[in-house]
Amino acid sequence: MNLTFSEDELRFRDDVRKVFDEEFPADLREFRDAGVTISRDDQIRYQKWLHERGWFAINWPVEYGGTGWTPVQKYLFMQELARINAPDIVPFGVSMVGPVIYTFGSDEQKERFLPDILASNVWWCQGYSEPGSGSDLASLKTRADLDGDHYVVNGTKTWTTLAQFADWIFCLVRTSSDVARRQEGISFLLIDMQTPGVTVKPIITIEGEHEVNEVHFEDVRVPAANLVGEEGEGWTYGKVLLQHERTNIAAVHYSKFRIDRLRAQAERPVRGAAPLTEDRNFMRKLAAVEVELRALEFTELRTLAAVASGKAPGPESSILKFVGTEIQQAIDELYVEAAGYYALPFVPEQYAPDFAVDERIGEGNETASAPRYFNFRKASIYGGSNEIQKNIVSKHVLGL
Amino acid sequence: MDFTLNDEQSMLDDSVAKFLANDYDFDTRQGYAASTTGFSPEVWRQFAELGWTAVPFSEADGGLGYGPVETMLIMRHFGRGLVVEPYLANVVLAGGALARTGDTEQKSRWLEPLIAGELQTALAHTEPQSRYRLTDVATTATQDGDDAYVLSGSKGVVLNGGNAELLLVSARTSGGQFDDTGVSLFAVPRDADGVTVRRYATVDGHTAAEVGLDAVRVSRDRLLGEPGAAGAALAAVFGDAILAVSAEAVGIMQILTEKTVEYSKSRVQFGVPIGSFQALQHRMVDMLTACEQSYSLLLWATMLAADGGDTDRAVSSIKYQIGTAGKLVGQEAVQLHGGMGVTWELDIAHYFKRLTAIGQLFGNADHHLDRLAV
Repeated sequence: MNLTFSEDELRFRDDVRKVFDEEFPADLREFRDAGVTISRDDQIRYQKWLHERGWFAINWPVEYGGTGWTPVQKYLFMQELARINAPDIVPFGVSMVGPVIYTFGSDEQKERFLPDILASNVWWCQGYSEPGSGSDLASLKTRADLDGDHYVVNGTKTWTTLAQFADWIFCLVRTSSDVARRQEGISFLLIDMQTPGVTVKPIITIEGEHEVNEVHFEDVRVPAANLVGEEGEGWTYGKVLLQHERTNIAAVHYSKFRIDRLRAQAERPVRGAAPLTEDRNFMRKLAAVEVELRALEFTELRTLAAVASGKAPGPESSILKFVGTEIQQAIDELYVEAAGYYALPFVPEQYAPDFAVDERIGEGNETASAPRYFNFRKASIYGGSNEIQKNIVSKHVLGL
Repeated sequence: MDFTLNDEQSMLDDSVAKFLANDYDFDTRQGYAASTTGFSPEVWRQFAELGWTAVPFSEADGGLGYGPVETMLIMRHFGRGLVVEPYLANVVLAGGALARTGDTEQKSRWLEPLIAGELQTALAHTEPQSRYRLTDVATTATQDGDDAYVLSGSKGVVLNGGNAELLLVSARTSGGQFDDTGVSLFAVPRDADGVTVRRYATVDGHTAAEVGLDAVRVSRDRLLGEPGAAGAALAAVFGDAILAVSAEAVGIMQILTEKTVEYSKSRVQFGVPIGSFQALQHRMVDMLTACEQSYSLLLWATMLAADGGDTDRAVSSIKYQIGTAGKLVGQEAVQLHGGMGVTWELDIAHYFKRLTAIGQLFGNADHHLDRLAV
């Protein structure tokens, strides 16, 4: 047992850090530090920057353009990514549909879709949830009926993140209702958002932003060649996709970054007042979250170590999602508490790229704290709510 | 970064597990706890024969030269086995203090027999008023001529104090009651004039004692280390002790979770196993989560200590963690066992009590969170 990284691993980390420090686009870094909303173009520019270095699809097999890194290298890379406060990678292409395509797709599909995902030429979104199918996803009703060499799709998908930016959507659709189990008869279909009959309707979320959408399908004709794998096997593929989500789902590195920044902020007097470090209640809460986060970091490392030695991730991996999101949310609350009265001003326009930071109401990103807190209530709901995660652990780990 | 055990560690881990599985069931443990000594001297001799009492000490001191990882392995099993033999008091606390402060002659006089399992010892540092403040020492040691000291004061809840033939007593040779420096450590024979020991059982099936020192005269060769310089060694020993009881607590939390899950599969109410109820399932998942998070933090803190790093924050982190997680797991295990959970008959209650006791030792969760909140 030892804690230290090997010399090779440390050299890898230093190499990555050097590139980030010297080559990462300065304006993107400034935007992030100032809490500026990242535009679609900037998001793509950022992902292309990673791709140019071969650092975009870090979990993919090498033959499809992945890195071939060890779990520890991936861990160190994600740590460095968080250290410079880089934007999140939009996961729908590279982390979700990509692995399904290279695992279950045809050679034509691999050739057609994977390079554009790697290069962020195509923006993907995810069509899983429906108005009537949230936690009970298998009850989904969006239908895809075969008509010649096309499927005709009818139904509604919801909570579709950034569908307004998307070129393509991957969907779970019902291709058969005549099944013994509801999980059967579900298929995995790739749909061009430009196809006639697809409409995107914004849903404004709690903090006032347009992040998610309803996507309606009305007699949308989708080439049968866009079916991934076997008809009726979509549920199985969807589950595989969820396994690929596991990496970094706990967001340990980003939470560490945010804690460190909050601690630094707490040490500075704001508007001439005593620094927050003198507030025992606040500091005790901060310390408690730090302990929980440190524990989670090692829970994640134990998972990585198990995977690296060829074992299936143990029970420790199953708790990553719900503990990780609870910690994210606890940190969000602390930012709101730290802002005091200045959690109140609702002035989203001052986070536009062209708004002068020193003209803002509140210091730094103070007024972004409450919108972030409100928005991230989603974290314990999405990706299978935390209660669903506990059902899964109960069934598959505890055997209940 | 490596979480695997080497061959020697695996052997140690297996041997402790095997011993407890074969020779230390719950009823046997209850028998030892109820005996006049409060533990089994025979089992203690076996610990020594198996080399477990030598684990953390350097080879020069007659030990095996192992470290925090090996102590963690032993203590985690001792948690699962609910072991009452005074390993913490002898090996971690008193032995740790002797190893850190004693000279060669003192070590051969006291540490060697301790390692051999022939000398029962106790670290008498905490005082009735001191609570968790390590530097609060009101007991005094005044020099009496060139070659002796006279000790006066009281020590409270001295673990294994009622069994100890040798007490390692902290006392001020200089400074005021709360000063950081000026504390010295003395090896005091229990039968010295002026020593009173009031022995009692503790709620967790272990034993402790209130120790009185009324003008106890000890020769200078019983002073361990330089006068007034024991503070750092004591802090380090208490750090080791926190890691040790944290490993014990993790062992207890793990077995409590396993036993609770098993019970919920067999206990039938309303015609179904109670484990089929979602309200209970999620609570058991919370117990599992508390175990996994605590174990992760324990590995971090222990490996940091093994690397010789600064463990101040790590030690407070793990003690805070097992204080809060231990309470959750202990209380939930009792609750999910229903009425049986509050009977003396069932081991669940005794695991819960040991977890509660560990929570009170060496600074509770609040104390350590306060240390971190800076």
